[in-house]
Amino acid sequence: MNRARRRFDIWTNISLLIFLFYIVFLALPLFTLLIKSFYNGTTGDFSLAYFVKFFSKPYYLNALFNSIKVTICVTLLAAVIATPLAYIMATVKIRGNSTIRILILISSMSAPFIGAYSWILLLGRNGVITKFVKSVFGFTMPDIYGFGGILLVLTLQMVPLIFMYVSGALKSVDQSLMEAAESMGYKGISKMRKVLLPLITPTLLAGGLLVFMRALADFGTPMLIGEGYRTVPVLIFNEFISEVGGDDGFAAAISVIVVIFATAVFLLQKSVSNRKSYTMSALNPIEAKSKKGIGNVLAHIVIYLYTLLALLPQLYVIYTSFLKTSGRIFVKGYSLDSYREAFDSIGSAIQNTFVLAISSLIIIILLAVLIAYVTVRRKNALTNTLDIFTMFPYIVPGSILGIALLVTFNHKPLVISGTAIIIIVSFVIRRLPYTIRSSAAILHQINGGIEEAAISLGASQMKTFFKITLPMMIAGVVSGAILSWVTIITELSTSIILYTAKTKTVTVAIYTEVIRGNYGVAAALSTILTVITVVSLLIFLKLTGQKEISM
Amino acid sequence: MSVTISIQDLVKKYGESVVIPELSVEIQKGEFFTLLGPSGCGKTTLLRMIAGFNSIEGGTISFNDKVINNVEPGKRNIGMVFQSYAIFPHLTVKGNIAFGLQNRKMSKPEIAEKVEDILKVVQIEQFQDRMPKNLSGGQQQRVALARAIVIRPDVLLMDEPLSNLDAKLRIDMRNAIKEIQREVGITTVYVTHDQEEAMAVSDRIAVMKSGIIQHLGTPQEIYQRPANVFVATFIGRTNIVDATLKHEQGQYTLQLEQGYQEVIPNVRVPKANAQSSLAVKVSIRPEEFIMSEDQTGIQATIVHSVFLGQHTQYFVDLASGQRAEITQESQTAQLLSPGQTIYLKVKPDKINVYDAKGELNYTGSAQL
Repeated sequence: MNRARRRFDIWTNISLLIFLFYIVFLALPLFTLLIKSFYNGTTGDFSLAYFVKFFSKPYYLNALFNSIKVTICVTLLAAVIATPLAYIMATVKIRGNSTIRILILISSMSAPFIGAYSWILLLGRNGVITKFVKSVFGFTMPDIYGFGGILLVLTLQMVPLIFMYVSGALKSVDQSLMEAAESMGYKGISKMRKVLLPLITPTLLAGGLLVFMRALADFGTPMLIGEGYRTVPVLIFNEFISEVGGDDGFAAAISVIVVIFATAVFLLQKSVSNRKSYTMSALNPIEAKSKKGIGNVLAHIVIYLYTLLALLPQLYVIYTSFLKTSGRIFVKGYSLDSYREAFDSIGSAIQNTFVLAISSLIIIILLAVLIAYVTVRRKNALTNTLDIFTMFPYIVPGSILGIALLVTFNHKPLVISGTAIIIIVSFVIRRLPYTIRSSAAILHQINGGIEEAAISLGASQMKTFFKITLPMMIAGVVSGAILSWVTIITELSTSIILYTAKTKTVTVAIYTEVIRGNYGVAAALSTILTVITVVSLLIFLKLTGQKEISM
Repeated sequence: MSVTISIQDLVKKYGESVVIPELSVEIQKGEFFTLLGPSGCGKTTLLRMIAGFNSIEGGTISFNDKVINNVEPGKRNIGMVFQSYAIFPHLTVKGNIAFGLQNRKMSKPEIAEKVEDILKVVQIEQFQDRMPKNLSGGQQQRVALARAIVIRPDVLLMDEPLSNLDAKLRIDMRNAIKEIQREVGITTVYVTHDQEEAMAVSDRIAVMKSGIIQHLGTPQEIYQRPANVFVATFIGRTNIVDATLKHEQGQYTLQLEQGYQEVIPNVRVPKANAQSSLAVKVSIRPEEFIMSEDQTGIQATIVHSVFLGQHTQYFVDLASGQRAEITQESQTAQLLSPGQTIYLKVKPDKINVYDAKGELNYTGSAQL
């Protein structure tokens, strides 16, 4: 077989089709957004007016500055908290180790704004803890609204991500490396600083990037708890949604600035981490040992306390969902009223969520498997470009993608705004990377010789793929698909822009109920969402026999 | 069934770098043919070109005069055994072996019968319903072999099939492979970097370096009359020493160190090089040294000795300062101790004499 023939087989057609999908639903919308940002909305002329407006008014620049400040603080704080936690879990035998890991995972799986509103219920002006402190100790606690609140909520939300990354990296560090360091006289802190920290640095950078992008893009948290503290996603949302004085073009311009900033950070991270990467595989991984005395007690206290803190917002939401309500106010006693009301008024949201999420998931699995295959096994210019396309959702905040899709597809030739299709497209584009990554990872582990063996035995390319490659990939595909699933059902920032009454999801419903102050219903819906999430995760853990999820 | 493989002026390039420049070789029907060489010599590349997994940048490969350059791997009717075995982990032993047959539109009973037969040939009947992860390395190897030969391929290709096995199993398996190959009589191309393994299984061996066949011959030819110094040092162990070859009165005399000289019986020097006195390189294998009883020959000092049972290995410093290795049949007497002086002679009919560059063998009949 010569090269020219290999280049044009069935996989080329598949690559081209997927490529087309990305051109239409990712490249085109982002390009439309870019164009929009350079044209005056009223006169239709080319102009830099939006950018001038953004950079000349402190009001807008402050929002950008606020976003950067929040994002950097959250990323650093999450890394500083998560790394020692992961180290303790890796080296000290903690009672209930695997349960703790699952709980930490669950704490990261809810939509961040649910945490925000729960913390408002706890520490807000009328929060239970605030009131309790005031009545018992007679002083007013510091305000949770603004920068501090956003930092608290987002950090707690992001710590589990870095925790999981670092835990994975620690597993690949060979115990003998630590012993070698000790034999050369390094102990305690100096051992960690000189050996362990450099080894996990690439992982920290990867986890840090993920956290950075999420914190930068998060819209719900600053919206609820930020009050006067304005960040860019809030700004974009208001500019785009608000009916008075809102301006699509200006929203587009801000989006362009954010995407450029995010891309710069992304490229910076890549260039740093490329220089610092190692491949390690541990023959004797670091083992958690039973410690004695004060160290053991301290380790347990730290881990338990953190887990409790991370789960507190969700637990409190679940608790409030069973409180009796009168109108919008919680009153004494317990009842299932909130659930009744949730099902009565917005029961369709639950159905919508399932229909939209399942449809998206089917497409995601199909695309991810094919994309993983062509990018791993058929490397060429086309599939390399495809690989870059699939990374875009990491960089482009959800609300921006939502706006881009909306401004592109609300006019001919393709009008899908307001339909379920546009929501499914957004879910697919945004949540595809999880499944692609896990599918590609497992494909890297499958020896290419196995496929050649099948071909040498006379199987066609398609038969080889479906009978040999795919069955071997299943475990990886499933683990990524569950992550995609969980992140779809908790998705807010894109669907808040794209939804209509007919396509309202549970997450959007929770958000709107919280905004209306309808905390009882919001709590009931959140609890339902949490239950779905936890059940999904447990199925995943059961299916894969794993104790944690690697992202 | 079995075919002749002719390779004509075959070229392999990766971009600008030429991995195999114009290679030609004819592999006989039913022959067990081995490509042997250090890593990076192009042996696996050549094998994968025959299989169809690597592109061809020039020349042709033919099976029985039919050029197969543009035939897809699946249509070449080859059986391939991979270094990693490449057993399908989600199929049972039987499922793995039947996989190729199911592609050939055979009836179920026919498939079952063929699978049954081949399981007997490779002696893994008792494992037929197991999953691959429950098999040892040797058993997986047998599955891989069975899967490759059950489809009755025209050509059997094996890419370092034994390199993942431990030493003892490797010897068992290579005997098994040789036996099975002889039984089914398939033209076989075998790739290895292990010269002992190559000699044990092959009818003929092609020793490769930098994409060029250095020596093509039977195991005996390659060991006893290596075509050049590279082959001599790659196959087995040897000592290379400088010497002078004198041509006087129709006979060739090799002058080694310290005036020691031997008449070499089977020298042929091409006319172009013919001179009365030639600088040469001599390859003397450890067993081609004789310890002299009469204090004549090359003087050497024992550095250390290794007792290996049947043989004893001595490392000595020759008078010139060069380190040499010699092997003697073990004696009941005490081993020679370090520092002791001995005298060495060579076996004139066995040693090989090369030109000064070590590229041309003047001895024997192993010229290509």
